[in-house]
Amino acid sequence: MLAEALALSAVLFAIGVIGVLTRRNAIIIFMCVELMLNAVNLSFVALSTLYGASGQVFVVFTMTVAAAEAAVGLAIIIAIFRHVKTVNLQNINLLKG
Amino acid sequence: MMNPAMTFEGAHPLAATIARLVWLLPLLPLLGFLINGALAMLGAAKIGPADPSEGHHSEGHGNGHGGVHGHEHDDAHDHADHGHPPRHKFAGIVSLVGPGVLVAAFLLASAIFFAMRGVEMEHPYVLTLFSWMPVGDLNLNATILLDPLSMTMVMVVTGVGMLIHIFSVGYMQDDPGYPRYFAYLNLFVFFMLILVLGGSYPLLFVGWEGVGLCSYLLIGFWFSEKANADAGKKAFIVNRIGDFGFLVAMFLMFANLGTLDILGVADKAKDLPMGGAVATAIALFLFLGCTGKSAQIPLYTWLPDAMAGPTPVSALIHAATMVTAGVYLVARASGVFSMAPVAQLTVAAVGALTAFFAATIGLKQWDIKKVLAYSTVSQLGYMFVGVGVGAYVAGIFHLATHAFFKALLFLGSGSVIYAMHKAYHATHNHDDAQDMRNMGGLRHHMPITFCLMWIATLAIAGIPLFSGFFSKDEILAAVFARTHGSTLAEASLLGIPGSTVLFIVYGLGLVSALMTAIYMTRMMLYTFHGPNRTGEAERPHLAEAPWVMTGPLVVLGILAAFGGWLNVPALLGAIGPVGGLEHWLEPVVGENALRTTLGEAAHLSHSTELVLVGTAIAIAVAGIAFAVWRLKPAALVAKKDAPAAEGIARVLENKYFVDEGYDAAIVQPTVAVSRNVLWKGFDAGVIDGLFVNGSALLARAFGWMGSQLQTGHLGTYAWVLLIGVLTILGAFTYR
Repeated sequence: MLAEALALSAVLFAIGVIGVLTRRNAIIIFMCVELMLNAVNLSFVALSTLYGASGQVFVVFTMTVAAAEAAVGLAIIIAIFRHVKTVNLQNINLLKG
Repeated sequence: MMNPAMTFEGAHPLAATIARLVWLLPLLPLLGFLINGALAMLGAAKIGPADPSEGHHSEGHGNGHGGVHGHEHDDAHDHADHGHPPRHKFAGIVSLVGPGVLVAAFLLASAIFFAMRGVEMEHPYVLTLFSWMPVGDLNLNATILLDPLSMTMVMVVTGVGMLIHIFSVGYMQDDPGYPRYFAYLNLFVFFMLILVLGGSYPLLFVGWEGVGLCSYLLIGFWFSEKANADAGKKAFIVNRIGDFGFLVAMFLMFANLGTLDILGVADKAKDLPMGGAVATAIALFLFLGCTGKSAQIPLYTWLPDAMAGPTPVSALIHAATMVTAGVYLVARASGVFSMAPVAQLTVAAVGALTAFFAATIGLKQWDIKKVLAYSTVSQLGYMFVGVGVGAYVAGIFHLATHAFFKALLFLGSGSVIYAMHKAYHATHNHDDAQDMRNMGGLRHHMPITFCLMWIATLAIAGIPLFSGFFSKDEILAAVFARTHGSTLAEASLLGIPGSTVLFIVYGLGLVSALMTAIYMTRMMLYTFHGPNRTGEAERPHLAEAPWVMTGPLVVLGILAAFGGWLNVPALLGAIGPVGGLEHWLEPVVGENALRTTLGEAAHLSHSTELVLVGTAIAIAVAGIAFAVWRLKPAALVAKKDAPAAEGIARVLENKYFVDEGYDAAIVQPTVAVSRNVLWKGFDAGVIDGLFVNGSALLARAFGWMGSQLQTGHLGTYAWVLLIGVLTILGAFTYR
């Protein structure tokens, strides 16, 4: 059971990474990041059967932080959209040297 | 570096006498320099503008007899200010301090001299002052070396120096730079005493460089005229070439002998192989230094130009003392030279060539100081012939007598120029006060100077019983004596056997003696005899200089007449004690002189000696007679009416165009290389282009490459992050 759970977690994480790397829409990338977070959450829960309840406590922490992050991140995306009228990251390169 | 004489210091008989105050000797002029220098700086703020380009020049010139100089350039300047400015406000105290320290130094030197006469000296007196350069193997102390040779030089420097300082009080009295002048002059004496008293070659070198500096400062004393400033620079730069030789010689000494101490080097030189490469190289490089400082071929060109300085400076620095430093150095390093016959032959040959070459130029100069300048170069050549053939006493003897009569000639010419300048100044005429064509008949106007300068002329020409006769004769006799039975005769120079070289040297010496008699008589005839060519209006203003100037002349006149008694030859034993200087200097150079003559005293048979002396006298008389017979002062016209010289006279008047030759062969190529290769090629191309701009370009290139990593695209950063994470995980996994 543990192995399957960890495998699923790895697959989810990989999907999240690929999404972050390949997609250009900020919203989708954001969702992929959430996917990666939840993949990690899944592995925490799965491993708590081996190492005790502290893994599950961490999941609660993670979800709290993720909620805060989602609020801030979405606010930033909305601000960017208001500024440049797009959420396509290809067009946003203000940090270019 | 153990000094062999150091161990005797405590027990040295001189330590109990006034000679222990010998360190005070250089300090006295240094004190004078400090006081006069301070006064010069104090005065400069009040009197005259500090900027020489405005005002200073016209003061220097317009003040009558103060600024007796820059004659060719007089005309180019406007002399609106002919007022008589007040003397420098510190002139009184400077006149007291400047010559005063020299008088004190001379008295001290005399006391030390008599103390030295009174004790039996087995070893030189070495006084260690302080540790100077303790670096690794080199442990150099600042030491004073007091032996008969340095004492002789000290007496000449302080004695003649004192007289010239006193003369300067009159000559420079109205110059706005009066305290500055005495400050430099005192500083010069300080360095000169360091030079002659220094106990090691580096200390000697300090004095050597110091007198060079003072020479530069005093040649360019009236620096607001470009010609004078240029002459100073020329002297300084030409001397640097010689100094390079001196430095190399010191490096060689330290590398091969392991010491730089004068006594130590003399001691170690004995063990060198006779005629070996080490001794020859050291001696030749030392002599290169001498050719610079003592104005020998090929580096003599600076000395005639050095006449741009005030005339007392020419007398002190460029005739009596500094330029003889090279002769002193050869005598000082006689231990090394006597081990290198080839180097000795070189010294003698160069000296003889210089004596001859400069004498020919002296035949056709019109500037009274230029005649004396070339005469000095020529006489220095004689001294080098003397020390070159190992007759160190004869060389030093000629150095001393030359100091007397040449200082007298220069100061006499100074007094003539002073009178001429004053006369021209009184009538607002800007003619050349140094050109002999503008003089003539001055014997009626300045009888004292006239008589004294004739004494000096007879002395330099070699008329019997005058000082120059004894010393010049001794040198020529020494050369003749060494053509057989000496290390020199057995050596060879550039394939020519040594005895042949010495015969040529002797012949050149005789011819130079003839020309010396001719050009000196010519100078006297044109200056003092015949009709006066100064000008109708100026004539009543010609007068003898004040006593502060003629007084020193009289003393020098006595010395020039009787200086020969310092070292009377055996042949003339009837007139006085024989060989005084010879005995006096024997502990220093005797052994080295004997080495050259293979252990035997260089003896000539009485009959040979009589013939040699007779020849010399005949030549001197013939030269004077020839000049009197051929030269017609009455036919001479003033400079402004004189036609240009032609043929050989033109070549001589233009000094064989040597300066022009050096300019074309050395100066211009150097300038061209500096400009095109060093400046435009190396500085602008390599330094500016490659290093300065190149490093900027390199930094910019790196910056550009770095900036290309910063795309601003989130995807790129994410990729980089991922690759980084995978790399680290991979590294930990497959460690």
